Amino acid sequence: MGDVLLEVKNLKKYFKTPRGVLHAVDDISFTLERGKTLGLVGESGCGKTTCGRSILRLVEPTSGEIRFEGEDITKADKNRMRELRRDMQLIFQDPFSSLDPRKTVSQAIEEPLELAGLFPDNDDRFARVLELMKVVGLDERLVNTYPHELDGGRRQRIGIARALAMNPKFIVCDEPVSALDVSIQAQILNLMKEIQEQLGLTYIFITHDLSVVNHFSDEIAVMYLGQFVEKAPSEELFENPLHPYTKALLSAIPIPSLHNRRQRILIKGEITSPIDPKPCCRFAARCDYADDRCRAEEPKLTEVSPNHFVACHQVK
Amino acid sequence: MADKILEIRDLVIQYTSDKDVVHAVNTIDLDIEEGKTLGLVGETGAGKTTTALSVLGLLPKQQSRVPQGTVMLNGRNVLTLPEQELRKIRGNTVSMIFQDPMSSLNPVMTVGDQIAEVVKIHEKLSDREALQRAKEMLETVGIPGDRSVEYPHQFSGGMKQRVLIAMALACNPKLLLADEPTTALDVTIQAQVLELMRGLKKKFNTAMLMITHDFGIVAEVCDEVSVMYAGHIVEHGTLEDVFDHKRHPYTQGLFDSLPNIDDRRSKLKPIKGSTPDPVNLPSGCPFHPRCEYCMEKCSKSFPEKRQINDTHYVYCHLYDETSEDQLKYTEQEG
Repeated sequence: MGDVLLEVKNLKKYFKTPRGVLHAVDDISFTLERGKTLGLVGESGCGKTTCGRSILRLVEPTSGEIRFEGEDITKADKNRMRELRRDMQLIFQDPFSSLDPRKTVSQAIEEPLELAGLFPDNDDRFARVLELMKVVGLDERLVNTYPHELDGGRRQRIGIARALAMNPKFIVCDEPVSALDVSIQAQILNLMKEIQEQLGLTYIFITHDLSVVNHFSDEIAVMYLGQFVEKAPSEELFENPLHPYTKALLSAIPIPSLHNRRQRILIKGEITSPIDPKPCCRFAARCDYADDRCRAEEPKLTEVSPNHFVACHQVK
Repeated sequence: MADKILEIRDLVIQYTSDKDVVHAVNTIDLDIEEGKTLGLVGETGAGKTTTALSVLGLLPKQQSRVPQGTVMLNGRNVLTLPEQELRKIRGNTVSMIFQDPMSSLNPVMTVGDQIAEVVKIHEKLSDREALQRAKEMLETVGIPGDRSVEYPHQFSGGMKQRVLIAMALACNPKLLLADEPTTALDVTIQAQVLELMRGLKKKFNTAMLMITHDFGIVAEVCDEVSVMYAGHIVEHGTLEDVFDHKRHPYTQGLFDSLPNIDDRRSKLKPIKGSTPDPVNLPSGCPFHPRCEYCMEKCSKSFPEKRQINDTHYVYCHLYDETSEDQLKYTEQEG
């Protein structure tokens, strides 16, 4: 076992709604080693964003433990949390709405430094801004431009620079390239990977794009209605998917090649409601293999081969 | 050779504002034969949607200009047709599915009424007959007919997109323009909708223009593909031509930017720089500032069309000196 940076135990986040309790994140546990990337995949509404945000305590978890470098941060008070946030950052999905339109590039990157009271000297701080711009590949001449003058790729670079400003150890990347064109997407993915290697960062990479997550992550967790249904090293998950949902998800990726086409597994229906789920397998209603046990008893995430976890009654 | 449903020649479209001219589409040719599907691939701002809107005669009148070109739809030039004629064509000969199913439906009208409305405009049917047709169309796209009395908010995203497909196909159009129809959907739902579209295309023999940025979708539903960059179609061919014998550096760059699902160790090779501002396009070949093979003449003149075989052409100076024989595919490539 390597150096564990993050350990999440039985994390739950429920929201009260007029129609019942919405189980956005329902009993998730995992550990993440320093310098590694965990990919979190799933379809809209499966709770991946809420999971990422509760780990940072941007939404308050309902219950569970989040150990960051051994410290349970769910018990940290406001001041301690402020300190911890320097180490734990977030990159947002939409570079169009996550930046203040009235702040120039340098002001946007400077903001977190100012808030943390780092670099009290103006010149030092500006030097750090330029350094960060260099790291993320933003030209120095753009220092006084506003977000609306820049394209999506450059805006996302600002978002990354802001996240890096405090020298964090851990970043939750919430669909960082989904809003970008493919040619730009590749630039940003390469940049994030380089930065990770240089600075030894640990990522949670949230996405719905399986080809991107495969490229980017060491391990992948597949989420369905607030739960992990399968978790395995990336290569293992792609070569030997076990959960019926993972199989369908993988086969649904349109492959940009005329050769080695795969057999498509179509799953019927659509994601069901996460409000007051019944105590059964949450995928059972859409699953071709479901039997009475699946409809009566919730499967537990179990290790079927080293590091390969799956929650399905049908996998022996 | 089958009949051509759509034949676009030398089309130029510009948008004008107070001080700027946006060069959205710059001299393109585009053909779709009956029952065939053409994929139009390109990044944001390449001019894909503008091209589609011109086929419907839906370009904003005040802000757009079409200085040259013809758009022949079923033998008639839509650019010169009066509004009254256009209205007869829209939804009947040609219809369109938009990217965002959430905002393309009327929230205060039942989906059945919305489909029936289209039918009644084009065909002499009573209200009841039109509603009956609406129900049949819903069944065709896999939605139970009795849900026709429900409102859009009662449907999920994938279902809404099915409703829009039902609406688009209600009058059995000859040509369907699909503008990123699955971009807003999750992968498993996308797979369902693509499967549905493939089936319907066969059933109704509808020709289709599939606008997308995803070569994966092209591989699944298209017969031919045009790659668009900065308002130009820079490469065009059958799927085999473009996927296995791509010639244009931009096409190559797009493929290299995609993560390879079978080889996760392969490094992504992005295209440097970013897409040009259509107000201020680079001189010569608009791709030259980002092209790794850029030569001196690339910034000076736009390349000539080079026909590689009957179905495959490319606009790139790299092939100016290449002889016909050299351009043909060799055995090793395939």
